[in-house]
Amino acid sequence: MAARELVLRVNGVEHRGAAEPRVTLADFLRDGLGLTGTHLGCEHGVCGACTILLDGRSVRSCLMLAVQAEGHDLTTVEGLASPDGALHPIQEAFSEKHGLQCGFCTPGFLMSVHELLAHDPAPDEAEIRSWLSGNICRCTGYQNIVEAVQYAAVLQREADR
Amino acid sequence: MKPPPFEYTAAASVEEALAALTEHGDEAKVISGGQSLVPLLAFRFARPSVLVDINRIRGLDGIELDGDTLTIGALARHRDVELDGALRARCPMIVEAVAQVGHAAIRNRGTVGGSLAHSDPAAEWTALALALDAELDVVGPSGSRVVAAGDFFVTYFTTALAPDELLVRARFRIPNGRSGSTFVELARRHGDFALAGVGALVTLDDDDVVADVRIGLIGVGATAVRASSGEEAVRGRRPTADVLVEAAAAVDADIDPNTDVHASADYRRLIAGVLVRRALETAIARARGGDDGRS
Repeated sequence: MAARELVLRVNGVEHRGAAEPRVTLADFLRDGLGLTGTHLGCEHGVCGACTILLDGRSVRSCLMLAVQAEGHDLTTVEGLASPDGALHPIQEAFSEKHGLQCGFCTPGFLMSVHELLAHDPAPDEAEIRSWLSGNICRCTGYQNIVEAVQYAAVLQREADR
Repeated sequence: MKPPPFEYTAAASVEEALAALTEHGDEAKVISGGQSLVPLLAFRFARPSVLVDINRIRGLDGIELDGDTLTIGALARHRDVELDGALRARCPMIVEAVAQVGHAAIRNRGTVGGSLAHSDPAAEWTALALALDAELDVVGPSGSRVVAAGDFFVTYFTTALAPDELLVRARFRIPNGRSGSTFVELARRHGDFALAGVGALVTLDDDDVVADVRIGLIGVGATAVRASSGEEAVRGRRPTADVLVEAAAAVDADIDPNTDVHASADYRRLIAGVLVRRALETAIARARGGDDGRS
């Protein structure tokens, strides 16, 4: 099957490339555009490592085809930090509260948390655990991740003030 | 793994989608949210030669509550239903069911029509369709037809849809009056497919007699099930604790669960009965105006 020309808007920048229809959005972000911050664990929608934002909502980029993403606004983990390298409050909080160990699952967690805090700036623990049920971490357990999300909520509320 | 090669066409209209389905027949597969289909492609369990993408068709994502009819377009995302405040107040059964579909990122992308057309026996929407007497609007090359939910789900992952037909919307009947409803399910882990799940809606008359009752189950057969025996056990009666126990026992005749790696058939029977009783308790308490009937 022939590759198709694609224009994808990722982190506010238009990227051009080409992909066969069967190429997932996750593979295209990584291999086509070199945006390797999005990680691929299971490649069938279970682990959540490849979570990105599609028009502000979290989606699994392994369960979309690259050709389906044209015309949408995509945000990947590379879009979180400022251009000067300053970390996003969510990244700051995960670093501060040891919300990661090996870091493989972290990009997916960060993007899921991004949508959660946009939806609810002060989620309680039950809501955080429920929301993050689609992201799997095999290193730390989830205690520090929950604490990081609570701290990120505080940082973000302060930043918005 | 990676999906096998296929051709891809993004339909801009229902007509374009039908033209592509007519041209390619059963070699083609419709993709909407892709939350079930893409994993099937990745495992190469599904090997269509053409994917017909309907995501870019406009006007198929509506959620409208008009009187006692709820109309949902095939492309409405689960998450949009979950966030619908009017629906939450009017029929919590629907919103509670949808909140248990997969995880947030799945619900953001997965569609109501896709869930119905996929006909997974553990899919919440299939039980909602049966319990709420849904009518499904299906279009094909020779025009449109309406299929009752009871005739739509044939068996595992199989519906009454022909390869060249497209499901475009579903209409659910939401009873007015002194009604209460809920959806409860049991899964091994949050977001997993349910071992069993129950949606129940009860309407009481002024004498506290059950005027109308609808019970739908998932995970206990080749398709979702409408529990007509269970309904029969409570309809026209005052819903005492004993009556609800009778209803839970009666549901045993409505279901035909399988044994698999997650649970035995016997265990599924057991929890189906327990969930029916709990769902009826909550639905009845809500119909009476209380918030929750869990004891």
